[in-house]
Amino acid sequence: MIYKAIVFLPLIGFLIAGLFGRKIGDRASQLITAGLVTVGAILSWKVFGNIAMGGGKDSVHVLDWVNSGTLHFAWAFKIDTLTAVMLVVVNSVSALVHWYSMGYMHEDPDKPRFFAYLSLFTFAMLMLVTSDNLVQMFFGWEGVGLASYLLIGFWFKKPSATAAAIKAFVVNRVGDFGFALGIYGVFALTGSVMFDDIFANIGQFQHATITFLGHDWNAITVVCVLLFIGAMGKSAQLGLHTWLPDAMEGPTPVSALIHAATMVTAGVFLVARFSPVFAFSADALHMVTIIGASTAFFAATIGLVQNDIKRVIAYSTCSQLGYMFFALGVQAYDAAIFHLFTHAFFKALLFLGAGSVIHAMHHEQDMRKMGGLWKKIPFTMAVMVIGNLAITGVYPFAGYFSKDTIIEAAYLSDAAGSQYAFVMGVAAAFLTSFYSWRLAFMTFFGETRADHHTFDHAHEGPWVMRIPLAVLAFGAIAAGFLGHHYFVGEGASTFWNHAVVVHGGEEEHIPFAIKESPFVAMLLGLLLAAWFYLRKTDLPKRTAETWEVLYDFLLNKWYFDELYDFLFVRPAFWIGRFLWKRGDEQTIDGYGPNGIASAVATIAARARKLQSGYVYHYAFAMIIGLAAFVTWFMAHGAGL
Amino acid sequence: MTFFQNNLLSAMMLVPLIGIFFIMFIRHENKDREKTNIRWVALLSTLATFAMSIALWAGFDNSNPGFQFVENYAWIGDTIRYSVGVDGISILFVVLTAFLMPIVILSSWESVQTRVKEYMIAFLLLETLMIGVFTALDIFLFYVFFEGGLIPMYLIIGVWGGVNRIYASFKFFLYTLLGSVLMLVAVLFMYFKAGTTDIPTLMNFHFDPGVQNLLWLAFFASFAVKMPMWPVHTWLPDAHVQAPTGGSVILAGVLLKMGGYGFLRFSLPMLPDASVHFAWLVFALSIIAVIYTSLVALVQEDIKKLIAYSSVAHMGFVTIGIFVFGANGIEGAIFTMLSHGIVASALFLCVGVIYDRLHTREIKRYGGLAVNMKVYAVVFVLFSMASVGLPGTSGFIGEFLVLNGAFSYNSWVAFGAATGVILGAAYMLYLVRRLIFGELDKDDVKAMPDLSVREKLIFAPLIAVVLWMGIYPNSFLDPLHASVDKLVSTHFANLDHATKVKVAPAAAEPEHTEHEAR
Repeated sequence: MIYKAIVFLPLIGFLIAGLFGRKIGDRASQLITAGLVTVGAILSWKVFGNIAMGGGKDSVHVLDWVNSGTLHFAWAFKIDTLTAVMLVVVNSVSALVHWYSMGYMHEDPDKPRFFAYLSLFTFAMLMLVTSDNLVQMFFGWEGVGLASYLLIGFWFKKPSATAAAIKAFVVNRVGDFGFALGIYGVFALTGSVMFDDIFANIGQFQHATITFLGHDWNAITVVCVLLFIGAMGKSAQLGLHTWLPDAMEGPTPVSALIHAATMVTAGVFLVARFSPVFAFSADALHMVTIIGASTAFFAATIGLVQNDIKRVIAYSTCSQLGYMFFALGVQAYDAAIFHLFTHAFFKALLFLGAGSVIHAMHHEQDMRKMGGLWKKIPFTMAVMVIGNLAITGVYPFAGYFSKDTIIEAAYLSDAAGSQYAFVMGVAAAFLTSFYSWRLAFMTFFGETRADHHTFDHAHEGPWVMRIPLAVLAFGAIAAGFLGHHYFVGEGASTFWNHAVVVHGGEEEHIPFAIKESPFVAMLLGLLLAAWFYLRKTDLPKRTAETWEVLYDFLLNKWYFDELYDFLFVRPAFWIGRFLWKRGDEQTIDGYGPNGIASAVATIAARARKLQSGYVYHYAFAMIIGLAAFVTWFMAHGAGL
Repeated sequence: MTFFQNNLLSAMMLVPLIGIFFIMFIRHENKDREKTNIRWVALLSTLATFAMSIALWAGFDNSNPGFQFVENYAWIGDTIRYSVGVDGISILFVVLTAFLMPIVILSSWESVQTRVKEYMIAFLLLETLMIGVFTALDIFLFYVFFEGGLIPMYLIIGVWGGVNRIYASFKFFLYTLLGSVLMLVAVLFMYFKAGTTDIPTLMNFHFDPGVQNLLWLAFFASFAVKMPMWPVHTWLPDAHVQAPTGGSVILAGVLLKMGGYGFLRFSLPMLPDASVHFAWLVFALSIIAVIYTSLVALVQEDIKKLIAYSSVAHMGFVTIGIFVFGANGIEGAIFTMLSHGIVASALFLCVGVIYDRLHTREIKRYGGLAVNMKVYAVVFVLFSMASVGLPGTSGFIGEFLVLNGAFSYNSWVAFGAATGVILGAAYMLYLVRRLIFGELDKDDVKAMPDLSVREKLIFAPLIAVVLWMGIYPNSFLDPLHASVDKLVSTHFANLDHATKVKVAPAAAEPEHTEHEAR
């Protein structure tokens, strides 16, 4: 019952606010949706206590879904530690974002719609993480995609917002294309889409091959790669990442909830959930490692030069997700989920903090027009600095525990690509530190570059915005310190209770230089950012001029958008038009019906004098005639 | 009651005819009163038919794979009999037809003002004929209904259609004529060869594989046009664009399903070897259809044309599902047809709503409807999502089953068809963006009111069914199982030995398609 309550309360909130929002008013819609999700969050912590800390497991059957041939699946929940962690993350952040949004969206005329969407998202995300089979997970997967689409396009009058919404949905569909094929592959291989069946039987298929697109491949590798393509789409990994920065068109609380803390981590969750299967495919894991590590580095490079405060954090998210993926790739599933957990707190904090800045600055997002804001919004400054300390991995903040564990896991692993991941991880740690502090310095310190009016009117948000920030700040400080014993320390194997594959606890010696490398990278980044943005403030501009090509390359996000536009978007429209005009109209119609029609028309023109001239009369006569002929023929034939 | 039970199918076909009879005699000096009375009679007779279809569904025995509610009377000579009945494959199409008809009548309530009497008569006649198609158990009777149903449709497009209605109905006619003639020849041949026109008997008659190929192609000519499959699809966009809203709904909702039904009723059971032999052709045409028409849909400037092209793409999934010869594929194909029957109908009704207000189908004349037509925007987005196959809506289940069946059969087919899932999202959301989102800056669009009570009444049942089919599809899958299993097993049992050897690896259950674990 408690699980059904957790999952369905947000759905109820969505239906009430969505259907009756205009009748019951803004205030009621807000309180009902936020209240229900808050109840869900409290229940989630209770479940976390029972399942994760208490070593329990549970499953709930809700309703049959599909039975067809040998394919069966239901609406059903599978609750283990992995799910419990996700429940806590999703519901806690969602509840805080609901409350925060009451302040942030204060001036928006469409509040019920906004809160309905937030609750819809929460429901879909909960269906995703509680699912006991691949198809319900896919339901949640596409459901969060829908909510994301609706929320990115929330301000639907802005062309840029609706464009970003379509982009997010379609790019995710490319990933879902892989995910769906992965599900079919799993079914073809194991005859089931239920997690428990799959995991119980997967071992016997480890040398099975599958014919996919004309070649024989290792079956497990094929399905893992296909599922990973789905994960890449949802988690914005290199190649399918282009939608995430554009998704910042949505209101900032949405960015915090969906595009930082929860939805984008669904890909990480998928791979972790499927860790018993990925464990059998070194090749698939190799791919996960390489893509993850490359994304961690690549996204961080772009983050260095962006000027929109939200885009910096967006690329930061992309990069942190890369960390989680290469952790998965080197089979440190526990570390990956630990980072997912801590990241949810500090990244939601950073986004909501950025929202607080934007709120204070009257919707200004360009950091070049900020600076010196610490005097006006000291509380926001303080929580953002906490967020930065957490993301850059300063002891004892959250990121220190999770990120360093990942980097060490990569170093210790002998899996293919792990050393590449280690190098990329350390390099990205340096870049992370630089862009994070660059953001803080440009926004809060130095002389202000804002116009006087805006600067003078800058103010902290109301308490409904500040309390969620404070709660998240606490998480960013303490989540790592409190959690590392259970997630990745000695308590790990009891904590996880086989929810993910946890690898041996024997302590391996790590050289001092390796152990401290993320710390050094972080320190260098911090010092460099301080040098660039606090001491020699003309240096960024001069550097950009000196390295103009590189700077433009980064500023334009490695030209991925331009490339895809050239490769996919424009050809799709061009081919579509070609097929329509040349294919359908000129070729098929030209030689087909129109050709015949013009021939018939000449005959018909003569006949028209006698007949009524309407085409359907011919049709009518012809059919009746045929039918009469056949009737006569067969009736007589029968008598023979 | 037994009499009613025993003659339920005939009664369903009779009630619309009784409605026609009454409508013919409605006269009133006040023309508006006359029209209203006609509309009410039409609505009531379609509602009565729908109620009977529910009784039919309730009385249907899911565990019986054979034909139920069978009626069999001598008709012409000794051979051609009036024989009707339903099995798991046909019953839901009957229900779908009866479900859509009252909605069609309601949707035409205000938009059709000229020749109301003839309009309603045409639709009621069409209903009888459509039910006949799905229930006929005599191949000749089937042919009469199958072709006869076109006549009211020609009239509907030709009389109440748009500016280019003559061209559209002529094109429609040319295409279907080609298929009809070949199919008629095939029907005659089958009769002479097997000595019967009884469909259940013909299903167990073994035709020579060489003969099967010719017969299969003749049937294919007719069904492929009806589906429609690429490249004989070009009549559909024109027919839809010119047809009045009610005509589009029936065209997309029911008439397009006749091709798929034909494949299931005739090609697979009666011509099993030829079906296996030509499966590659169907796959190739279907995958081309999915990709080709999705790309064409992307660049359409006319809303109805866009949805018409998307219909062709969806029908590509149907033909793929049918020709993978498995339970998943066939149930998925039937489910996709039912779902498309609801969703495409709803989308055409959505177009009708704004067409009635602005009298244009040009996409760029609209924009920003989410501002002044909030309820409409929600409805349109919901059906768009069902169209792109979002899980939780009806569109997903069918696609999922079809592709799941296809993957085990041939991963190329699944791969090719699944690209349609991406392209579908692209053209549909691009349409939503241009119609619903954006700034509301055109004065005449600003003046458009939101949905009226009548319009809400039309969409409410459609929304309910779309969600029901998506959340608890078993209600719609359960009647299928027994008949589909029988279809699959007899299909394989009737295969010629040579074909059996050829399809052996694919013929087995999914898990056997994989190489054994070594």
